[in-house]
Amino acid sequence: MRLTAERLAWSVHGTPLLADVNLTVEPGQTFGLVGPNGSGKTSLLRLLAGLNRPKAGRVLMDSQPLHTLKQRAIAQSVALVEQQADTTDRITVHQVVSLGRTPFLSALRPWSTEDDAIVAQALADVDMAHMADRLWHTLSGGERQRVHIARALAQQPKILLLDEPTNHLDIRHQLSILELVRQLPITVVISLHDLNQAMECDRIGVMDGGRLIDSGLPQDILTPNRLQQTFGVYAHVIDDPVDGKQVMRFHSAI
Amino acid sequence: MSIALTRASSAHFGLRWLWITPLVLVTALIAGTAIGETPIPVDTIVKVLANQLIGTDYPVDRIDAGIIWNYRLSRAVVAACCGTSLALAGVVLQALLRNPLADPYLMGISAGASTGAVAVAVAGLGAGALSLSLGAFVGALLAFGIVVMLAHAANSGVGGGRGVQAAGAIILAGIAGSQLFNALTAFIITKSASAEQARGIMFWLMGNLSGVRWADVTLAVPAALFGLLVCLWHRRSLDAFTFGADSAASMGIAVRPVRGMLIIAMALVTAVMVSIVGAIGFVGLVIPHAVRFIVGSRHTRLVPATALAGAVFLIGSDILSRVLISGQVLPIGVITSLIGAPAFALILVRGKRS
Repeated sequence: MRLTAERLAWSVHGTPLLADVNLTVEPGQTFGLVGPNGSGKTSLLRLLAGLNRPKAGRVLMDSQPLHTLKQRAIAQSVALVEQQADTTDRITVHQVVSLGRTPFLSALRPWSTEDDAIVAQALADVDMAHMADRLWHTLSGGERQRVHIARALAQQPKILLLDEPTNHLDIRHQLSILELVRQLPITVVISLHDLNQAMECDRIGVMDGGRLIDSGLPQDILTPNRLQQTFGVYAHVIDDPVDGKQVMRFHSAI
Repeated sequence: MSIALTRASSAHFGLRWLWITPLVLVTALIAGTAIGETPIPVDTIVKVLANQLIGTDYPVDRIDAGIIWNYRLSRAVVAACCGTSLALAGVVLQALLRNPLADPYLMGISAGASTGAVAVAVAGLGAGALSLSLGAFVGALLAFGIVVMLAHAANSGVGGGRGVQAAGAIILAGIAGSQLFNALTAFIITKSASAEQARGIMFWLMGNLSGVRWADVTLAVPAALFGLLVCLWHRRSLDAFTFGADSAASMGIAVRPVRGMLIIAMALVTAVMVSIVGAIGFVGLVIPHAVRFIVGSRHTRLVPATALAGAVFLIGSDILSRVLISGQVLPIGVITSLIGAPAFALILVRGKRS
């Protein structure tokens, strides 16, 4: 499914958080969002997920404007993994992931064995199947993050939005989650802080001050010049002798 | 931790115990009818019920029949409805507002009902045309309306994280509204009430089932059933709020209409109950927490279990209120709080430890 944002704007209490964001993510692409703290990545993902109605502009799924759809219809196509979502309920991992089936269930369409299979697959995808019966509050931060991703996968979305999903994850699970996300045959928008991980996306966009200031292929975008201007760091690119891929090294700015 | 909680992954299917619900409820109702100042044997109760319900003609003592049918049974049924409604309102508010301390009186309902009742009974509002119950009902809705407006005003124009802020606004508005109406109640009592009136109204404020008759049953039963059906219908929505309103929205819940409808429905049901029996405390707070401890926090199980537990708890409390001191009926709110407060403390401590 193609995801398009047209001239999106968003503000809270008169403070503009997003302005004039234009964006197209082609079906099946993984689009990385990078940018400093407070640059508007989370706000943009919330608008793309239909959690907030934009003050101006619109979001399109293929050619369908998001605001013409019911929340349930959106949730049948779009899943969001928020940065922080916690609960005090005594609830198992399996129950959390089962929540992902909510948009498809109703009084006339009760829980089925198919839902069981989808939940089991989602748990396996994030390497949490062995913890299905564990209680939420006994999990570590990284485990919780993986459960949230599994919950989103259980929605079987055509568009997956992830807000810094690799926070809290150990390096092995950072890599496996990114690998999993890239291999999914669906449209993905993912915000990332690790710029070397962002290099693995199909395309990336750079956010700064609520605007999408640049987007394109990672190697065209993440130049030393850009890193200095937007992120305030000096960087140089070195070639990995093993696979020839480019790696960035960062030095503190003045 | 009990096995039910750690191995709760079968939540979707763990409803086999449901058949026991009517059995327990009927047992509780019969107990509520049998136990009292004059104990009545169960076989007499069954005969009276058969005479009344299916038109049999067993010979029974007419005084016994009167006590059973006109007094105790209607009282037990209303107690059950009230317990169910208050407990379910607690479940809904705790789920939607993501606050374990939320209870049905949070929204100003008991405070408003008290003010309404006092305005009618003491200050003579309506010049005898209004009953105490109607005054309480109107007061409850008025207070709830003010709380909602206040919450809405505090909440307007808020952007990101709307779920968290909306929940906070309702709680704060509820506290403000309750304080206002409690002050009004105190004002009216000190200004106009005689000592005897003050004593009478205090009884009502702590919950009083003494005046309950069949007319109240015809109001309480539909209200309680309505509350139960609304909760059951929206059980998945309630589950979806586990990680807050934003998370619920991202899983397809139309947060504003669903949350608004559920809260209004629960406020109405609570207002009906409060207007019949007064403000019975602690049911909406303690019962949901206690039941969660046993059946877990998924609403497919929690809603029916809480409905049953609330009903049984209030029937039991009513029995205690009648037999604890012979020759005297305690306000039922005293019993529920005397049991509820320590129970709540126990749940709090054990919950933290495990």
